[in-house]
Amino acid sequence: MLELTTVSLLNGVVYGLLLFMLTSGLTLIFSMMGVLNFAHASVFMLGAYLSYQFGRWVGFWPALVIAPLLCGLIGAAIERYGLRHVHKSGHVAEILFTFGLAYLIEELVTMVWGRNAVANSVPPSIDFSLFSLFDSSFPAYKGLMMAISVAMFVFLYLALKHTRIGLVIQAALTHPQMVSALGHDVPGVFVLVFAVGSALAGLAGVIGGFMLLTQPTLAHAVGPIVFVVVVVGGLGSLAGALVASMLIGLLQTFAVAVDYSLLDLLRASGFAVARSSPLYDFYSIKVATAAPIVPYLLLVLMLIVRPRGLMGKRDV
Amino acid sequence: MTETRAAAAPPMTRSGVAIHWANRHKHWLTAALVLLVLPHVPGLNSDFGRSLLSQMGIAAVFALSFNVLLGQTGLLSFGHAVYFGLGGYAAIHFMRAIDHGLPLPVPLVPLAGAAAGLLFGVLFGSVTTRRAGTIFALITLGIGELVYAATFMLPAYFGGEEGITASRTGGPAVLGINFGSQLQVYYIIAVWALIAALLMHAFIRTPVGRMCNAVRDNPERAAFVGYNTQRVRLFAFSVAGMFAGLAGGLHAINYEIVAADSVSALRSGTVLLMTYIGGVGHFVGPVIGAVILTWLQVSLSGYTSAWLLYLGVFFIMTILFAPSGLAGLIVMHGPIVHTKAFWRVLRAYAIALVPAVFMAVGAVLAIEMSYRVSTQPELGTRMRIVWITVDAASPWPWIAAIALLAGGFHVFRKTWPIVAAAWNRATDEAGAVNTAGQRR
Repeated sequence: MLELTTVSLLNGVVYGLLLFMLTSGLTLIFSMMGVLNFAHASVFMLGAYLSYQFGRWVGFWPALVIAPLLCGLIGAAIERYGLRHVHKSGHVAEILFTFGLAYLIEELVTMVWGRNAVANSVPPSIDFSLFSLFDSSFPAYKGLMMAISVAMFVFLYLALKHTRIGLVIQAALTHPQMVSALGHDVPGVFVLVFAVGSALAGLAGVIGGFMLLTQPTLAHAVGPIVFVVVVVGGLGSLAGALVASMLIGLLQTFAVAVDYSLLDLLRASGFAVARSSPLYDFYSIKVATAAPIVPYLLLVLMLIVRPRGLMGKRDV
Repeated sequence: MTETRAAAAPPMTRSGVAIHWANRHKHWLTAALVLLVLPHVPGLNSDFGRSLLSQMGIAAVFALSFNVLLGQTGLLSFGHAVYFGLGGYAAIHFMRAIDHGLPLPVPLVPLAGAAAGLLFGVLFGSVTTRRAGTIFALITLGIGELVYAATFMLPAYFGGEEGITASRTGGPAVLGINFGSQLQVYYIIAVWALIAALLMHAFIRTPVGRMCNAVRDNPERAAFVGYNTQRVRLFAFSVAGMFAGLAGGLHAINYEIVAADSVSALRSGTVLLMTYIGGVGHFVGPVIGAVILTWLQVSLSGYTSAWLLYLGVFFIMTILFAPSGLAGLIVMHGPIVHTKAFWRVLRAYAIALVPAVFMAVGAVLAIEMSYRVSTQPELGTRMRIVWITVDAASPWPWIAAIALLAGGFHVFRKTWPIVAAAWNRATDEAGAVNTAGQRR
């Protein structure tokens, strides 16, 4: 029991930090530009593919730098040549545009790398055991992932709250005309924010590619959960995103480990459910089977109880 | 759809009343006539053609129901297939009950779908419509994933991967018709599609339908006037759910199987693309989108595995260059059709079309070769694209493709001033005619 709890706890934290890596760029873009970027998970996927490709050409460590930079450039191009023109048509058009991009990136990735998963294996330089816990070893690349994730949080937090450019970015969201009248290049600021957000997604992709299968459906596999994290944490709140990532990571990891169903609970409390009962099927779902829907249940619950999310400042 | 009124005072005689009625509803009467004749038009009078028409009808109802949300109320949903699919499941279970002796005719099956769509629309809508805008989009996405995952967890109701099957010929025959043939199924779908379209068009003109527009345009002001905006959104959401469920019921009759893909995110995305490409600002927009995209899906997916990529490009171009969709483009030309300069506009279009075609050929060539190389290497590198045979292993087709694409784009940009000049001339003329009061 202790072993199960400890290992699940560790895995939950690892998964939670991976989710935070994914969410941080999205939160940055949303809180600064008010754009909900549906293509964010697709850029994450691009990061995984690019690091795989450059890893084969020039090795892992250069790829760790090149892939996020390329993703940042792609993000800048998306903002400059696409999103900026849609901006005047309102938020719905912006969401639709990024939604279309997600479609397009998935197909482009298929076009270049094929429909099957590529062999994106962990490079030997970070594939050793950091420490062992109850017979299961903890690989170094997971440690690297956790370190990068925490570094992202610190970097974003400091950059936004304690630097001049961070203050300009925040002001550009609410008072674009005033900020540009003061001589700042507001469209340039937006390009920069989108590029940094995309680069963060790319960086997450480099590491996340090792932990998840690098295939064209990757974006759709993680996309919806990322949005759940953003809503539960409170739209645009960086600290909220961190807390929500950890919460969902832990909940889902522990749910997988629970091999009981509602039926067992009912039986233990003295209720007998007949096999012919119309809800028998529903009662006999094991918690482990229901683990994939836990984040969405949390989402619905959150909206009923606290619509602004854990740390959101305002109702959205 | 514009409303047409007879210019003269209402005539009093019985035949006069009939003519007046026919004149008022001429759009609907034309639609009914077209639906009646279509499956007998050469080219469409095969089983394949009728099946295609049936799919278009189902897609049209589904897209119209989606537009009750997006166009009418301004709510962007990423999980509308939930109501389509759950309606479909309800309908297929209803059809099974008919197979097992429930004495009801099969054409009533879509009503079970509509009831389920309405039920789940009210149920899930009470959560999702608490918010509008961005957050609404996210919640619908979450609920979509929730329901999709649930279909695999409850195999007794949803049949898991294989889905639930039933036979549409098991019920009592109506007037000697047993609904075995595709033609009979088509007529069930056509009748229900027409009824659904009529009801949704009528819904736009009800007071609550008008309030949906108000809530879309200015929720604050609507709330100040004293309306509960959440309740208005919930009403629209439930209505949309009901008609989506009806479409799901038609789907159940047409395919005799409903599986988990009917609630999937892919289907939710497809209906969004259909509606938006068709045009959200006009009642017939979603119908246009549904017809064209269904046709493309059926015809293109047989030739190319890249058809989703083409669809994505089409969608992005619609957002960037024609945000009011195909219907918007058509309506835009309305004022200038009768001007003398209109032929200039057409000529400018023809000029611009030439480099556009070159561009498209280059793009298609490059895309098809990439797809072949990366997704179907077992078929070899030699391939036929329409009527030319190319070898993707040699560099020449690639160079040709890129040259066509780049050159076409370069020339295409130069044709834009021509189109703009012709367009301005035509609109100026139309404006002059209008201000002179010669038209209308």
